[in-house]
Amino acid sequence: MDPKLLNQIKQFATTIRIEQMKEFKVRGFGHVGGALSITDTFAVLYEAVMKYDPKNPQWEDRDKLVCSKGHAGPALYATLALKGFFPMDWLNTLNIPGTKLPSHCDRNQTPGIDMTTGSLGQGMSTALGLCLGDRIQGRDSYTFLVVGDGELNEGQIWEGAQFAGHQKLDHLIAFCDYNKKQLDGYTKDILDQIDIAAKFESFGWDAQEIDGQDAQAIYEAIQKAKATPGKPHMIVLNTVKGAGVKAVEEMSANHHIVVSAELADTAIADLEKLLAEQKG
Amino acid sequence: MNFKVDFKNEKEKRAMKDVFGGVVAKLGEDPKFVYLDADLMSSIGTKKWADAHPNQAYNVGVSEANLAGMAAGLSAAGLKPLAHTFGPFASRRCYDQVFLSIAYSKNDVVMVGSDAGVTAAFNGGTHMPFEDMALYRAIPHATVVDVTDSAMLESVLPKLMDMKGLKYIRLGRKEVLGVYAAGSDFDIGKAALVKDGTDVAIIASGIMVAEALKAAATLEAEGVSALVLDMFTVKPIDADAVIAAAQKTGAIVTAENHNVIGGLGSAVADVLVKNTPVPMEMVGVQDEFGQVGPQDFLQKYYGLTADVIVEKVKAVLERKAVLQMKDKPDKNKDWAY
Repeated sequence: MDPKLLNQIKQFATTIRIEQMKEFKVRGFGHVGGALSITDTFAVLYEAVMKYDPKNPQWEDRDKLVCSKGHAGPALYATLALKGFFPMDWLNTLNIPGTKLPSHCDRNQTPGIDMTTGSLGQGMSTALGLCLGDRIQGRDSYTFLVVGDGELNEGQIWEGAQFAGHQKLDHLIAFCDYNKKQLDGYTKDILDQIDIAAKFESFGWDAQEIDGQDAQAIYEAIQKAKATPGKPHMIVLNTVKGAGVKAVEEMSANHHIVVSAELADTAIADLEKLLAEQKG
Repeated sequence: MNFKVDFKNEKEKRAMKDVFGGVVAKLGEDPKFVYLDADLMSSIGTKKWADAHPNQAYNVGVSEANLAGMAAGLSAAGLKPLAHTFGPFASRRCYDQVFLSIAYSKNDVVMVGSDAGVTAAFNGGTHMPFEDMALYRAIPHATVVDVTDSAMLESVLPKLMDMKGLKYIRLGRKEVLGVYAAGSDFDIGKAALVKDGTDVAIIASGIMVAEALKAAATLEAEGVSALVLDMFTVKPIDADAVIAAAQKTGAIVTAENHNVIGGLGSAVADVLVKNTPVPMEMVGVQDEFGQVGPQDFLQKYYGLTADVIVEKVKAVLERKAVLQMKDKPDKNKDWAY
């Protein structure tokens, strides 16, 4: 891919990480690990893939994103603010009473949030509804769906997976943030996923497994999915929970953590250094 | 609202499922209408239309969580979805999806639960919803309708489709005792005064409206004048109509094909205690599970009959009489109350 675009995406990912660490710092806690691990995917989608209009978030022909792992909201809020969906200073209000940025994504609160999520598994079906609705109305739009690996425990995921395969919903591109951890520990210890891509393939999906922290791999996987008609798509992202912030990566339990000012400031300083390097 | 009561204590010629199928076909004339079902199209009279309209009708298979969630997504995509399955599966089985993906997320969906209460008959206790209205009532801003007969179904279903938010409608699939003339028109949220009266008000919904009319005729012969109110919109309940009936008659009996906990009786009681408390009795399932059997057996077993309504009317009238005596005490008697 174009190295200039790739560098642009990488800079955007770093900036999203900086802004979300600022968000978490205000309240001093949050779902940090799973927000950081999906950040590179949001960076690729909003920098180089999705069609949208921040001035008209309800534009019917836009591509839609359902962040079914709704607790990754803070990463998406930073992405949307940086793309102009709402003022940057909203990012200082995460989880403050009256905020438009709640812990979990809410389509009625935040411009650019296409679906309310948080009760795991439900984003699968609502994404199918959006995708099917666009197909019925002849729109050439894609629906992007982000699910967590722990979320695959939910039966509703597999109800939806059957429907998507049966209906050949090829404008559905799903990502599984396979960061190997859920709230209580490692997925392999709680409910072993075994082979996520193979499961979706057996449901009639096209599946790929890639490095989910590699912007180029994510970008190319999406292009490959778009070039594969007749099947819904699952891109399994091998990620690291807490990716991009060393102190969080190194924590064993990092689903929902206390974010001290020191932790946040160190992370932001490191990320700003990285951004300067990326800018050359 | 422009309806005509035409009660002959006779079953209608058309089964409710066929009426429902006809309404769905009519709704399908709107290109934005989408119909979802969880493998029960053949049971609810929509299969033929669905087969002919593959771009508007989708069978999600036996997956009710996905049914409710997809309906929410279709609404968000700008379409008008209606989703059907049996009542217990349209309520208990996908409650969180209905609650969050539809209602909390402010999507506009009609959920249809068929085989209301004892009309589940031979499918038995596993398929017999006595709590679906209670569950839906507990969802903020939801609209809950317990439909009475075919004329009402034809009037209210299209109106529900035009309303915002979550709407739940329950109905039987077979022929019911007709109450209204064809072409009758109803307003969601407005009770229908089916029969006027002065001594007691029977507030009923669904198949119990016909039982209430039968009970009223029996009572009339015994010199008791019963008012009958069809409270087909169980939420938002027509509080004005409840208060007016209580003030006019001073005694209320509710009748529902549902558990008395959380359904019509509870909704009426809420209004009465806050506004105009009067003696009240509830006809309905008394905190029991369902079971298998023919509908007439089940109605008798759970006390969902005109006879039980008459008994409860007599009980409530005794309580009303006692209250009236307390208001005007007879100084020569030593009342134990």
